[in-house]
Amino acid sequence: MNLDVILFFVFGIVAAVTAVIMITRSNAVISALFLVLNFAALAGLYLTLNAQFIAVTQIIVYAGAIMVLFLFVLMLLRPENEKKFLELNPKIKIFAMIVAFVVFAQLAYIIFFARPSQNISKDLAKSVEAGTIEAIGRELFTNYIVPFEAAGFLLLAATIGALVLAKKKFD
Amino acid sequence: MTITIEYYLILSAFMFFVGVAGVLTRRNAIIVFMSIELMLNSANLTLVAFSSYLGNSIGQLFVFFVMTVAAAEAAVGLAIIIAIFRNKLTVNIDEINILKW
Repeated sequence: MNLDVILFFVFGIVAAVTAVIMITRSNAVISALFLVLNFAALAGLYLTLNAQFIAVTQIIVYAGAIMVLFLFVLMLLRPENEKKFLELNPKIKIFAMIVAFVVFAQLAYIIFFARPSQNISKDLAKSVEAGTIEAIGRELFTNYIVPFEAAGFLLLAATIGALVLAKKKFD
Repeated sequence: MTITIEYYLILSAFMFFVGVAGVLTRRNAIIVFMSIELMLNSANLTLVAFSSYLGNSIGQLFVFFVMTVAAAEAAVGLAIIIAIFRNKLTVNIDEINILKW
């Protein structure tokens, strides 16, 4: 067994299991903490794919900033615990699982019958080169400078919008 | 045994499936938001997998943009949830029906 196989299965199983635990807990704070663990496992998967910059950004932005925001809001609002996942209205549950499973079946069908690995094989040197911050930064500040500025403007608009919405009661 | 790209794609599809199930079954608006973050992350995993296997960094650039949009969406969405909680004292999406007819 190679190290990359072992790492993929360890991180992949952690990511899949924490995702399932996250949607089945009735306490919202426990769900949020398992989502943090899921993001950390995803960062490990990004490292196995040689994407160093994205792995670090995943930890800082998702597991750090976004989940702290979620936990703050959870503690401000202290929402009452929901009914347990299994005690939900069975009709809604069955309908939701059918819809979700149809989505999964479509994706799995496409992946199994298109077989992208027939055409794509990993070139390790190019893969390492693509994940460095130099390669991403070069693209970001030359060919993709307009989307980059637009993303900055979007963050400004979101900051102002969040302030205005959370500041006062609507009258 | 080598890890081909299908392993990552199936894992990503499974996480998307869990996210869809979470959005449709949970009634707490904050957990619905967290399930949406899970779906965004499964799309990110697909982008990074293709980017790494093709040796092209544009996919990782788009993951960066997705993270920006997710941060903006979380900030505005949570502000909306706080504003609704002030008016109705609940975050249960079955009771937030002011836009339903």
